[in-house]
Amino acid sequence: MKILTFFSLFSTFLSANSINVEENAGQFFSSGHTNNWAVLVCTSRFWFNYRHVANTLSVYRSVKRLGIPDSHIVLMLADDMACNHRNPKPATVFSHKNMELNVYGDDVEVDYRGYEVTVENFLRVLTGRLPPSTPRSKRLLSDDRSNILIYLTGHGGNGFLKFQDSEEISNVELADAFEQMWQKRRYNELLFIIDTCQGASMYERFYSPNLMALASSQVGEDSLSHQPDLAIGVHLMDRYTFYLLEFLEDIHPASKANMKDLFKVCPKSQCVSTPGHRTDLFLRDPGSALITDFFGSVRKVEITMETINLTDLIKEAEQKNIHTTANLQFPPLHLSSFLPYLTPYPQKPKQKDWHPPDGFILGLWTLILLVFFKTYGIKHLKHIF
Amino acid sequence: MGLLSDPNRRRALISLLTRLNAPICVVCYMAGVAWFMGLAFEPFTLRTYMSENAMGSTMVEERFPAGERALATGREFSAHKKKVGGMPVDWLVKTMQARGLEVFTQRFSRTLPFPDENKERYLVKGTNVYGILRAPRAPRTEALVLSAPCTPGDNNNQAVGLLLGLAQYFRNQVYWAKDIIFLVNEHDLIGMQAWLEGYHHTNTTGMDWSPLQGRGGSIQAALSLELSSDVITSLDLVLEGLNGQLPNLDLANLFYAFCQKIGVLCTIQGKLQRNDWDSVSGYSHSVQTMMLMVMKQASGRPWGDHGLFLRYHIEAATIKGINSFRQYKSDTTTIGRLLEGMYRKLNNLLERLHQSYFFYLMPSLSHFVSIGYYMPAFGLLAVILLLRALDLWVQLATPPPRTEDGVADTDTLIKSAPSQMSSPGVLSVLTPLVISHLTGVEVAVEHFPVSETEAVVLTAIAIYTAGLALPHNTHRLLSGEGTEQGWKVLKLVAVLYLAVLLGCTALINFSLGFILALTLVPVAAFVTPHVPKILSAFILVILSPACTLLFSVFFFQELQEMPVSFIDGWMLFLSVISQGILDHSLYGSLVYPLIALLVYPCWLLFWNILFWK
Repeated sequence: MKILTFFSLFSTFLSANSINVEENAGQFFSSGHTNNWAVLVCTSRFWFNYRHVANTLSVYRSVKRLGIPDSHIVLMLADDMACNHRNPKPATVFSHKNMELNVYGDDVEVDYRGYEVTVENFLRVLTGRLPPSTPRSKRLLSDDRSNILIYLTGHGGNGFLKFQDSEEISNVELADAFEQMWQKRRYNELLFIIDTCQGASMYERFYSPNLMALASSQVGEDSLSHQPDLAIGVHLMDRYTFYLLEFLEDIHPASKANMKDLFKVCPKSQCVSTPGHRTDLFLRDPGSALITDFFGSVRKVEITMETINLTDLIKEAEQKNIHTTANLQFPPLHLSSFLPYLTPYPQKPKQKDWHPPDGFILGLWTLILLVFFKTYGIKHLKHIF
Repeated sequence: MGLLSDPNRRRALISLLTRLNAPICVVCYMAGVAWFMGLAFEPFTLRTYMSENAMGSTMVEERFPAGERALATGREFSAHKKKVGGMPVDWLVKTMQARGLEVFTQRFSRTLPFPDENKERYLVKGTNVYGILRAPRAPRTEALVLSAPCTPGDNNNQAVGLLLGLAQYFRNQVYWAKDIIFLVNEHDLIGMQAWLEGYHHTNTTGMDWSPLQGRGGSIQAALSLELSSDVITSLDLVLEGLNGQLPNLDLANLFYAFCQKIGVLCTIQGKLQRNDWDSVSGYSHSVQTMMLMVMKQASGRPWGDHGLFLRYHIEAATIKGINSFRQYKSDTTTIGRLLEGMYRKLNNLLERLHQSYFFYLMPSLSHFVSIGYYMPAFGLLAVILLLRALDLWVQLATPPPRTEDGVADTDTLIKSAPSQMSSPGVLSVLTPLVISHLTGVEVAVEHFPVSETEAVVLTAIAIYTAGLALPHNTHRLLSGEGTEQGWKVLKLVAVLYLAVLLGCTALINFSLGFILALTLVPVAAFVTPHVPKILSAFILVILSPACTLLFSVFFFQELQEMPVSFIDGWMLFLSVISQGILDHSLYGSLVYPLIALLVYPCWLLFWNILFWK
């Protein structure tokens, strides 16, 4: 009897395991991506913008820890804080006060530095239109199976982001750049995070599919900085990225946390501003998108002694996610459906000059002539001809 | 047709102008004075705020520990100063080198045009000692200056001690992005002038100095420290510099921000801030503070060692430690921390201070009035002069009624009137102008074989008074004078001249322009040959620049709560004139030449008009 119970339990366990393995294998094909890239940009220079560099470096640190290698990260830092003359702790950039966490570390690889961080270079990186002499480390060599994380931070306003105190990128330019990427099939899915004042304005104009966007504040709100460090004398981080970093520190490569948890990062009570997100262009359910789909580069490995039928699983996955890009039935391409903002603004109906109906003038002249001849007689016809 | 091109409307406008001229002038004058007094009323002022982003919301933790050691160094300095009987150059050089600075000295010498009785010096020889703390990782392109004067006697020993203590503390830090120059200057302003001229390779005042061996790059900001006691109750900020120039308001904002952070009592003009702006005494307190600033700015002298930096576009201020009878005292460590905090924030600067105002008045340390708010007060006074000029122009343009000549002659009269007007016009105007200016030049330029202060000053006053006899002399030079038109032309020229003069002065030094306008504009407005002579002569003398100065001296002493008797006031008045002449020759102050060469001749013109025959 005991053996029977034991045997039934064991077989249940085995079958459960195999079902588990099948499920896990099924999930291999759910996201549709095979490689991960990250483009991390800090757009402001000067010592008092220390926190923007620290923001970018903390996201860099998380992304690297979760598996994306330097060859797949394009890191753009507009100024060198670690070696700034005013830094009392040279060669370090701290994100937590009392110098708890040095995000600069030993193995930072900055691809675009100083004055190389410009709007032009950023857009060239995204669209891939770089001169042939550009080294590989400065290129975004993504393909149609790449999930890309794009993180921007700096000073921004309603509809623009300031680069280096001298130029700006507008939300329309950014949306067009993403559309170029989509048309060149340079991404599978793209996660866009922006930590600036009025950050939500930057994702308002997106119109390409498979984009998910997060921002630290809504239009009309300022993103605030976190604590200052009194020894260094500057604010170390912005609030949104500080809590994002805290959230990401809990993520490990096998974590199953999904995007819905990311949307909950930094509620208004902690951030003072209201973080926003946009998922309408994202074709999967955000709940099914894992954090590690964008922030990490996870090798999908499952060890089993069983044989698993993959074709069934693929069909299953396809049926479950008929919205994945592989099955996407492209609707007839009508420009206005993809470019809702390009429809002309509703204008007032143009004032057309009113003309009387066509036969009317002819009739009027005939009437005049008749009356004329009636009054003056036919012999005056010669005055006309 | 337009308002000015339609002859009917123009005539109506002109008649309005001539009829209402006097009342409008009176109203404008009252309005100008009322506006000026209203500037100190707190709801009309703005709170100060930090305009420079680089210095903005970041605060640092000040860690300066060595206040006691600084005081000990100060005592050593005082002992050496007594031993040497002047500036202990060798000891200073050795001490600064021990602290790791690059030390250099500069010798200078100057012979004053006549002995300075306030400071008791005539032939001045001295040495400046300065040490440069090089920024550990930055290129040597920018610098900050901290200076303390070496004064004879027991003053400012603690200032030098604190300077050396801060030098030692700063040397151990790695976060300096600019070089810091620690300067100890001898003979206060003369030494500072020599150092600045040597640093910037200019020589505007004819001083004799040895060239500087070490430089630190372009100076971004400077602070001068005056501290004569071990503990203080409050810190006073002095802003007024040479020719009434003020540093950028951000420097005052920085000082105020740190005073609030560290919790030291801070004052401006030696007056503490009050919260009851809606009470009469609170308002009068603000008015007193603002009037003190106006008086100091109008005098055109630098009121601290910082005053000479401003000419080189270096924002500078003087911080004075005051020890009065208050319970709560702050020690040297606290002052050291305040200075450390200010320098760390100045270290963060990327450009010179330029975001905040350069022209302002401060009725208290936390409130200010900018140029846009105070200029209308002067504008209202200047409008009076323009109205008077228009009135005179109108009167000159209409030919005088000559009813006794007959109708036929009026045509010829009208034709000849312009030519009749012009010839006596030009000549009669030019002569008093030239003679007045010559008198002014006499007052300004004096070379005496005897160099005695009193002789110089009294001679100046004598020439000034002799100018009063001018009208009687000009009549002898010219014949064919005495027309009704003559004095009107002269007055028109004089009024316009005064308007231009006061306008230019007010742009550069608002306080001086406003004070001169307050007294000279009524003079210009009402003086004609037809007013009662004795009374107006008396009023004219009362409102002349010299008497204005005399009254200002008394008023200034009243404001500082140290009222003086008449004899003392007179001596003070004489010393102010001599200081003015000395300031001009030593540092290039423009107040004395302005008053002697331009304002006084202008007033003389009006005196001439009064005695027109």
